Amino acid sequence: MGGRFKIALLLAPALLVIGVLFSGGLVAALVQSLGYLPAIGQTEVSFEAYRRVLGDEGFLDSLLLTLYVAGASTGISTVLAVLGALALRRSSGRISAVVFQLPITIPHLVAAVGIALVVSQTGLGARLAAALGLIGEPREFPALLYDPYSVGIILTYVWKEMPFIALVVLAALRGVAGELEEVAQTLGANAWQRFWYVVFPVISPGIIAASLIVFAFTFGAFEVPYLLGKSYPTILPVMAYNEYRDLDLASRPAAMAINVLIALITAVIAAAYLRLARNLGRG
Amino acid sequence: MIPLVKRKSNAGLAIVAALVAIPFVPLFLWTFAGRWRFPNLIPSEWSLRGVYYLLEPGGQVLGATTNSLLIAGAVALASITVGLPAGMALGGYEWRFKGVVIFVVLLPIIVPPLASTMGIHLTFIRLGLADTALGVFLVHLVPTVPYTAIILTSVFAERTGELEEVARTLGASPWQAFLHITLPEVAPGVAVAGLFAFLISWGQYILTVLIGGGNIVTLPMLLFSAASGNDPVITSTLALVFALPAVLALVVALRYLKPGEANERGFVGLGKVS
Repeated sequence: MGGRFKIALLLAPALLVIGVLFSGGLVAALVQSLGYLPAIGQTEVSFEAYRRVLGDEGFLDSLLLTLYVAGASTGISTVLAVLGALALRRSSGRISAVVFQLPITIPHLVAAVGIALVVSQTGLGARLAAALGLIGEPREFPALLYDPYSVGIILTYVWKEMPFIALVVLAALRGVAGELEEVAQTLGANAWQRFWYVVFPVISPGIIAASLIVFAFTFGAFEVPYLLGKSYPTILPVMAYNEYRDLDLASRPAAMAINVLIALITAVIAAAYLRLARNLGRG
Repeated sequence: MIPLVKRKSNAGLAIVAALVAIPFVPLFLWTFAGRWRFPNLIPSEWSLRGVYYLLEPGGQVLGATTNSLLIAGAVALASITVGLPAGMALGGYEWRFKGVVIFVVLLPIIVPPLASTMGIHLTFIRLGLADTALGVFLVHLVPTVPYTAIILTSVFAERTGELEEVARTLGASPWQAFLHITLPEVAPGVAVAGLFAFLISWGQYILTVLIGGGNIVTLPMLLFSAASGNDPVITSTLALVFALPAVLALVVALRYLKPGEANERGFVGLGKVS
């Protein structure tokens, strides 16, 4: 049996699943976004849906909100992850593994519900504020759910994704970065110099790679914003879903156009991630 | 005396652990709350209403839990079956165009599966797969197969394959070498990959809603409708049940795998388990 044939055979089942269910689905989305829907008697192909979506103020609001939520969640998670990893680098590997793995493994919906019960106007936070005499009634507590700043969504994402980045940083800190830092210390570098000139350059490619994954995920994720977000504007995937469920079948191509745009944006992020990961492997 | 660095580190650990624990505090309290008015910090009365709701004969929870378990179990088995050979090819051998294939396998992890699932929905309706458990099982494979393939790629990449060569030199067939040498060695990695596939499927909400069309009711669907309503007791109880497999998986992973292993393997999967 030839080597190439064997490789092809080993890959076939996975590529079949991905090719049919994922790529096939994206191609179908593309075709429908061009207005080709024989099921409802539309067979004319056009860019009408894209024109409609891109010219729609609602889409731009939605895109901005999505970029804001994904950007803020990723930024805050990354900064906290580096701080958390630095704080935990010398504690036992087992305990920090549990502490960080727990949020990674817990479903997003559970995190969203738990965070909502903490930050809502009758939540744990508001009760604490009342106990401290800061507020008298629930409505005096700031609205952090269904709010314009998407605080509840971002908090949920930070709780979920920060540990993921932190584990990546922690692995890097316990590896080469730790050894180099000791050398720098012996040579007389102070704590800040050690971090900025020695540790940070070593851990930053890993941080960027992990942050890219978190950004792409929070950009395309549905559940948390669907549960904790306000009704306008919504995040892009929620907008696509709402258009898709619209009784007016003419909205279908628009929903698919949004899907295609989401897929394109996230695919570019995937390519960037892979490039980075490959360079990491080489370095 | 404890050295200063160690003490600082313990304080850091305590803070991080507290932050991780916070969302669970109201979930546990509400699950057993009878009456919990604002601004009380803890419930003034306790009750087992949530627990009764779970076990209610003829209630929805048992059925939905069974559906979730069956679908996630089948998805995990299928993902391993499909992902193991792929991981072997990607991690165990060097060949041309490997970079391209890795990109293709990675794409469904990063591009949201909701986009492709909405696209394929019409075809599923035509094929009679919409509103069926089989259809739900199939779309759950979109996020899980790439995950298992990638996790198993790193498992195979760490091996040298020397033992198989020895076995072959000693007269073992390729199949015997695989069965007696390769498989036992990669078994922990396969278990982790299967666990992840299970958890990813278990956590799916929107793919199930879209393809199952409300016909296939799983646990996250009950949780979602409870969370959109106004009964924190039921919502919290369902949330804890829904979180249970993740907690169990974590316990198992930490107990049976070396800490480093749980760390790095877990790392590949993450952020996305839901």
